Amino acid sequence: MENTIIEIVQFSFSISSKAILKNISLNVKESEYISIVGPNGAGKTTLLKCLDRIHKGGSGDIRIAGKPLDKYSQKELARKLSYVPQADGRISPFTVYEFVMMGRYPHLSPFSSPGKKDKDAVHDALAITGISEFAERFLRTLSGGERQKVFIAAALAQGAKVLLLDEPTTFLDPKHQADVYRLLKRANRERGFTVVSVTHDINSAVLTSQRVLALKDGAVAFCGFADKFMNNEILQKIYEKSFLFVKHPQTGKTIIAPEVP
Amino acid sequence: MNTGSKHKLILLTILLVLAIIVLSGAPMVGMITVPVSAILHPASGRMESDIFWKIRIPRVCISFLGGAGLAVSGMAFQAMFRNPLATPFTLGVASGASLGAAIYVRLGLVFSIFGISGISISAFTGAILSILLVYGLTRARRGFSTTTMLLAGVAISFFFSSVILFTQYMSDFSHSFRILRWLMGGLEVVGFESVLNMAPFVISGSAIILYMTHELNLMMTGEEIATSRGVNVWKTKRILFFATSLMVGGVVAICGPIGFVGMMVPHICRLLIGADHRYLTLATLLFGGVFLTLCDMLARTLIAPAEIPVGIITALLGGPFFVWLLLGKSSSKMGII
Repeated sequence: MENTIIEIVQFSFSISSKAILKNISLNVKESEYISIVGPNGAGKTTLLKCLDRIHKGGSGDIRIAGKPLDKYSQKELARKLSYVPQADGRISPFTVYEFVMMGRYPHLSPFSSPGKKDKDAVHDALAITGISEFAERFLRTLSGGERQKVFIAAALAQGAKVLLLDEPTTFLDPKHQADVYRLLKRANRERGFTVVSVTHDINSAVLTSQRVLALKDGAVAFCGFADKFMNNEILQKIYEKSFLFVKHPQTGKTIIAPEVP
Repeated sequence: MNTGSKHKLILLTILLVLAIIVLSGAPMVGMITVPVSAILHPASGRMESDIFWKIRIPRVCISFLGGAGLAVSGMAFQAMFRNPLATPFTLGVASGASLGAAIYVRLGLVFSIFGISGISISAFTGAILSILLVYGLTRARRGFSTTTMLLAGVAISFFFSSVILFTQYMSDFSHSFRILRWLMGGLEVVGFESVLNMAPFVISGSAIILYMTHELNLMMTGEEIATSRGVNVWKTKRILFFATSLMVGGVVAICGPIGFVGMMVPHICRLLIGADHRYLTLATLLFGGVFLTLCDMLARTLIAPAEIPVGIITALLGGPFFVWLLLGKSSSKMGII
């Protein structure tokens, strides 16, 4: 495999003896954009959290850049992977600049102040995400969509080449959803970030990513190129619901439309 | 961003100057005016120089150290648990320390380790056992919330208070009086012994907190984000439990539980200087020290020769000030935690 950055081999994980992930295998290549979809409770978030060691343990093998996950210190891992969690509604009392600068933690030592390299990384992240003008504002004064960009900016500033995102567009209006997708696509295509994004938005997953991983009841139900995912047999198996398909007027790609009862 | 940090440095400088003024001014204030000659000759044997050097100076040191230690412990708990009500008092740490000290007094123990008195060590042990108990209780069941933990902390706090009162009730008169006087929270100390007993606890605890400012910032954004940025959350928590228990144990052993400082001073400082712990920790140490020293100065002079318990003054002064800040502009922009 050329330049595999994340390698998951037969990984299983349980929480209080309930199996959440069963025998997951997946290889993610460098600079790949992969979406993880599946019904609620399929284990999508858990998989991301296991990768970033927010959940520890599990059986099987996970390697990041060729090195076993449990051989990393948390700080070392943070230089490889960054994570944008699901918005939990809690807002910390920091300004945008302060919050994004905290992304530089894995590069700082105690007592040290951020140096030029850190400041450059933060300015760069603010510029890519288009939030430079908000730098001095408190997180509380921003809208949900603006705040999501701040979270992505902080993850970019962290300097890790792999971006894990958990439902980055949930709760956002259409404009901000589009903004976030454009931004992730740019980070992926222009900056070479590897993007692993959990989403319920099947259409955008197909339109933005190269590959789709679908989980159902903790196991892999589909893994392959995005356009192959748009198949009623596969979708019905995963979501227990049938879908209608139409062609996207711009790209000609197959997208789904809701069935009207 | 440069203007922001400049503003913070100016605020810190003001607080530092204030601290120096208060530390040098507070010993001058009191019922008896101490002449300069008495200050210059500590060993003269005159009553005034004894009052100045053996009573007022130690007392000012104790109140400054105590205020700083309690305030910064509260700050650490609030950041670590992302909750404005998390303090050494609501989490049962202070009452654990009190219980440790009360048991030491009740048993009539007298010992010291490396020159540190047994009462401080007992209070520290009580503090660390109670935080481990509260935290352990809520860890025992999955999916615990901070609210659950605070409830457990308050419950344990009440439980310990009852045990202390029971201990006091069952004690003979002299023990009972000692426990009661100290439970009311007071700073009537004599001599440098108490200062030397408390200082190592507060200084080492604060040094640890100052070392952990980046981690405190990230803990405040949530444990998941902190982990993903590279913080070892569990290790950080253990270090912070240790540091806060040192400070709370050290302070409570000498002063008894003084509640207000640990809860309100960190909020006041956060509203003044922002939530970045690289600045906030220093501001909280200085403001906590200045605040308790000033309150104690008022407590011993307002109706001299009688003394008002310092706890009355702290809440009387700090309460309205905090509400005023709460209604202000920075509170609505930044939010409380």
